[in-house]
Amino acid sequence: MPAYINGIGLISPQQTTDSNSILPEVKEYTADYLTCIEPNYKEFINPIARRRMSRLIKMGITAAKLALSDANMLPSTSGEGSGEGSLPDAIITGTGLGSVEDTEKILSGMLAGEALMNPTPFIQSTYNTISSQIAITLKCHNYNSTYVHRSFSFESALQDALLQFDEGIAASVLVSGIDEMTLNHLTITRKTGHWKMEPANNLSILSSHTPGALAGEGAASFILANAPSSSTYASLNGVQTIYKPADVIQIENHIRRFLSGYGLSTDDMDAVILGYNGDCDYDSIYDKLGSSIFSEQQQLWYKHLCGEYYTSTGFALWLAANILKNSLIPASVKLNNHNPKQLKNILIYNQYRNINHSLMWLSK
Amino acid sequence: MSKRVFITGTGIISAIGNNVSEVFTSLQSATSGIGEITLFPTVHAGIIPVAEVKMTTEQLLDCIGFHGSHEFTRTSLLGMIAAREAIEAAGITDIGSCKTGLLSANSVGGMNRSESFYKEFLEDRATGRLRDIVNHDCGDSTERIARYTGIKDFISTISTACSSSANTIMFGADLIRSGKLDRVIAGGTDSITKFTLNGFNTLMILDKNGCRPFDENRAGLTLGEGAAYVVLEPEEVIVKEGITPLAELTGYGNANDAYHQTASSPEGTGAYMAMKKALEKGKLPASEIDYINVHGTGTENNDLSEGLALERIFVDQIPPFSSTKTYTGHALGAAGAVEAVISILSLQHGMIFPNLNWNAPMKELKIRPVTEIRKGLRIAHALSNSFGFGGNNSTVIISSCG
Repeated sequence: MPAYINGIGLISPQQTTDSNSILPEVKEYTADYLTCIEPNYKEFINPIARRRMSRLIKMGITAAKLALSDANMLPSTSGEGSGEGSLPDAIITGTGLGSVEDTEKILSGMLAGEALMNPTPFIQSTYNTISSQIAITLKCHNYNSTYVHRSFSFESALQDALLQFDEGIAASVLVSGIDEMTLNHLTITRKTGHWKMEPANNLSILSSHTPGALAGEGAASFILANAPSSSTYASLNGVQTIYKPADVIQIENHIRRFLSGYGLSTDDMDAVILGYNGDCDYDSIYDKLGSSIFSEQQQLWYKHLCGEYYTSTGFALWLAANILKNSLIPASVKLNNHNPKQLKNILIYNQYRNINHSLMWLSK
Repeated sequence: MSKRVFITGTGIISAIGNNVSEVFTSLQSATSGIGEITLFPTVHAGIIPVAEVKMTTEQLLDCIGFHGSHEFTRTSLLGMIAAREAIEAAGITDIGSCKTGLLSANSVGGMNRSESFYKEFLEDRATGRLRDIVNHDCGDSTERIARYTGIKDFISTISTACSSSANTIMFGADLIRSGKLDRVIAGGTDSITKFTLNGFNTLMILDKNGCRPFDENRAGLTLGEGAAYVVLEPEEVIVKEGITPLAELTGYGNANDAYHQTASSPEGTGAYMAMKKALEKGKLPASEIDYINVHGTGTENNDLSEGLALERIFVDQIPPFSSTKTYTGHALGAAGAVEAVISILSLQHGMIFPNLNWNAPMKELKIRPVTEIRKGLRIAHALSNSFGFGGNNSTVIISSCG
């Protein structure tokens, strides 16, 4: 059963919080990692709650509120009682790392002395804090869960949301994908070879020819619903994760099978959004698919805008939904110029280090 | 979506045993696994008790044939051992014979490795062992268990604090009912880390005497560790392959307390709603429940709100209940699955394992837990609660097939 995307909130390193425009200008960075342009939280979270909240939690709650407001589900702000608002039937979040900032506070606090630690970072470090803080803020007692599996985190959250519709439990679900980066965490994880070792220019990472991705972050929230509304962007029809495929042939087979499950083929896709992240060791997978099963498709990319992070496909889903709604592809995301005659179907294909691969199919 | 989901295998490793049969023996003899901290140096050693798995990390490595390897965290190893037992118990010889998923839960990933790394890193930014960083995140242990058991078709990790592994069982059941998967190994794994010990200590909810769930003088929980998994399969596979299942997963419900990040609401709203949803999903009246394996952490807050929620759901006919955390400690991300496996033992053997360390009834409640072993019962439906920080409350109902 398709799910209609009826509202979106996205906080990213680009100007993406205004749902009326899509990438009016592209922000260029030369940095160790891309950092979100944070909104004025005063407008979204009350001061008492805000004071103790770490950055990730504030981003998560704000993205959720933006999505609810976009879907006309928030109570009207023009006076008490003038609009009731409605609650999502489930709140599901994907986060690869949870609150990195709070985790670091505990680790360094523990070294300073086990007896002297402060409870707040521990409370906020639990991975489900974002989902539960959204529930507390909305006073929403409904289904609530958090997925924490690397580059499957957001995809798993979406898959769970789609099942809530299948089970007939839900009419609307708030699904989010949220991760943050800190300089400490970047310095530590640079040792793994996952990241570029020097500051990089986000707009030229495809020509860097160096290993490692440019790291980023983001908070994306979506209202999925079982029926369209006046605010509908597109429908999300299927999500699949693929763990450790043996080779590119297997990836191609997975993509074909995923689409044929809906009676479709790659020819039916008017555009494909690919997860290029500037890591020369792994971008070759996209190159190969781009010249095989996607050779006739309009190819797009997005990680120059938001960087690489475990839940970056939240940014891709925002992009796909906006392209379908506006029937327009921003020039800044085009990898080639196939100029599709129509924009009805978009496929998102992402992979992280050839381990966690995922597919999403959206249509108008 | 009316497919029935059965449990065809279980696996467990905990402070009271390294497999299902050892755990069963300890439960029958009222042997608790709670003792002193030996896993890492800490100022809390000798003061705050914990329930450790009685094997060193080196012994766990030997147990799965990776002698001397530095690749695996304790969390991964516990998970690998319990998942292997569950798969073998279900009689699965070819994991690839049908679409199989692995859903594993944990609360802090490979934090025990990260904390040792972090110390070296802060002293010298150029140092720190690579192997201590790569398994920091929660997905690491799941992928290692998947590779060890050969599961490829679907993998994911859930972290909803102390209710995590109850949610993997629920998600697994939904994936089977929708026809997306033919078989799911669902559960969770967690090891005791200095991070969690100190975190809970800052909240002042660790009982220096060991946990005393539902006792008037309770003073907090006791951390535990371990892993447990159940194998979920749909009715058609059971029928086709002539399998005798251990139990049926009849009901499950998830609700959020939406009250406070770490405290549960005084009246246990989320707990009540989770149990109510599970009963509705299982189409069972509350009076059909024969045993409740309560969340019963031993914190002042949990036991009061869970108790009030029980009184509200079951009114004057509260089924016998006990907290088996007095044996296993609170295994956090693994707790829901550990207690599902123990509930299945109760169903299979018609026994209720007593709530240890109980002396005085809580003054706010009419109810009291079972404190002596009960045998020879007919338990048709057992309900297991798992409630977590963030108000994440989940309930599963497991029913006998006999």
